[in-house]
Amino acid sequence: MKMLINVAETVVADALRGMAAAHPELTIDVENRVIVRRDAPVAGKVALVSGGGSGHEPLHGGFVGPGMLSAACPGEVFTSPVPDQMVRAAAAVDSGAGVLFIVKNYTGDVLNFDMAAELAEDEGIQVAKVLVNDDVAVTDSLYTAGRRGTGATLYVEKIAGAAADEGMPLERVEAIARQVNENARSFGVALSPCSTPAKGGPTFDLPTGELELGVGIHGEPGRERRPMMTSSEIADFAVNAVLEDLDPRNPVLVLVNGMGATPLLELYGFNAEVQRVLAERGVVVAHTLVGNYVTSLDMAGASVTLCQVDEELLRLWNAPVRTAGLRWGV
Amino acid sequence: MLDAAFFRHWLTSAAALVDREAERLTQLDSPIGDADHGSNLQRGFAAVATTLEKDAPATPGAVLTLAGRQLISTVGGASGPLYGTLLRRTGKALGDAAEVSEQQFADALRTGVDAVSALGGAAPGDKTMLDALVPAVDALGESFGAARDAANEGALATTPLQARKGRASYLGERSIGHQDPGATSSALLFDALVQTAEAGRE
Repeated sequence: MKMLINVAETVVADALRGMAAAHPELTIDVENRVIVRRDAPVAGKVALVSGGGSGHEPLHGGFVGPGMLSAACPGEVFTSPVPDQMVRAAAAVDSGAGVLFIVKNYTGDVLNFDMAAELAEDEGIQVAKVLVNDDVAVTDSLYTAGRRGTGATLYVEKIAGAAADEGMPLERVEAIARQVNENARSFGVALSPCSTPAKGGPTFDLPTGELELGVGIHGEPGRERRPMMTSSEIADFAVNAVLEDLDPRNPVLVLVNGMGATPLLELYGFNAEVQRVLAERGVVVAHTLVGNYVTSLDMAGASVTLCQVDEELLRLWNAPVRTAGLRWGV
Repeated sequence: MLDAAFFRHWLTSAAALVDREAERLTQLDSPIGDADHGSNLQRGFAAVATTLEKDAPATPGAVLTLAGRQLISTVGGASGPLYGTLLRRTGKALGDAAEVSEQQFADALRTGVDAVSALGGAAPGDKTMLDALVPAVDALGESFGAARDAANEGALATTPLQARKGRASYLGERSIGHQDPGATSSALLFDALVQTAEAGRE
């Protein structure tokens, strides 16, 4: 597998150096692996810190900036960051109003953020945590590590970020983040596996003529494998899987997310099918985002996230945001 | 009696074994994980060896506590907090004695293993590192060799199990038939323990 890298050991550091060169509005500590908005801490405002394994860009570093995250901690590829990064990030962004940790539900992320929260509290930083677990592909949460955090992370980070920007207190920002997660569900499909730099090749085997329905963003298996389907059939399957678990009474935000190697041409075509299914099911769409936001290295495929919003959440979603990966209204 | 030098030697030996077995651990992690267990532990234990050489803590408790903190700061993923907690809590249980008996070590390690179980919410049979650690610590009162054998048998016995914790759990029945990488790396700790004891006798 050919990759545009030097050596596997330095891919994360190399990317951070390049990101720093492209984004002077961010302070990037390459050695300690912390990405912070340059104007942090912002007086009187709650700060948001997230992080996770690298390989999902623009998540999370690409979502640091006014109206979204205050800081992000990138780990090794597909490996949770360490508590030291999160404590360093929290100390850099805390204005005294407290810090919200946004954690995707994977064993490693949960354990490291838990440890970091304890350490940060020892340093006098008030910390709250919200867990993102929106992936409906995982049906049996009793005998697994539970539902995985995927596309809803973008909604939690954006909407809670806007809440913090409005000056809401920590407990309110935390409650809003939780509300977003509870109202968001995702389902992903893989058309081809992803390759990690460390392995130098695909991390799982997916035959040419098949797709994985319900894949995770690290290539974790989903519900089943089937012979390749059309965009229209995949949209029916994915949207119906989400709607089995979410019965939206309010309008929804729609994220048609590319896994990394699927062209925008295909994603827009897939979005047309997603919108058709939503219309057939009587779901009202408030806003649609199409693109590569929560990726899985070079995996081909897409995920659909629906997030039910009330007036307040929709207002916060539409509020201005200025980050490398998401920007509007400014 | 076991002194700080013994524990430094143990962890340095463990680092060498992890380094030697890194590729195999990563291969085991490939079908049921994301193919990075070897490289993550290699990075962590190399940092432990460097730190212990630089700081040379004076008591068994301090050696293990420092090593545990180093793992937590270096490894990431689930392995970092789990292995880090194992060593840190074992070290804390040993207190600040300059030397400890084998029985005291066995008791302290049980505290560490219990802490791993509490942190990860796993039990023996879930196809995790506990499937090697729990039988090993049960046998540690008998001898280091017995603990090593129990750990390795425990690791091998994970093959027919279905994973219930960690990333492998998402595979459900598809996790059956693969040896657990975490249990395999845990057994390396006991291989290193026997090596260290034998080196001390020579």
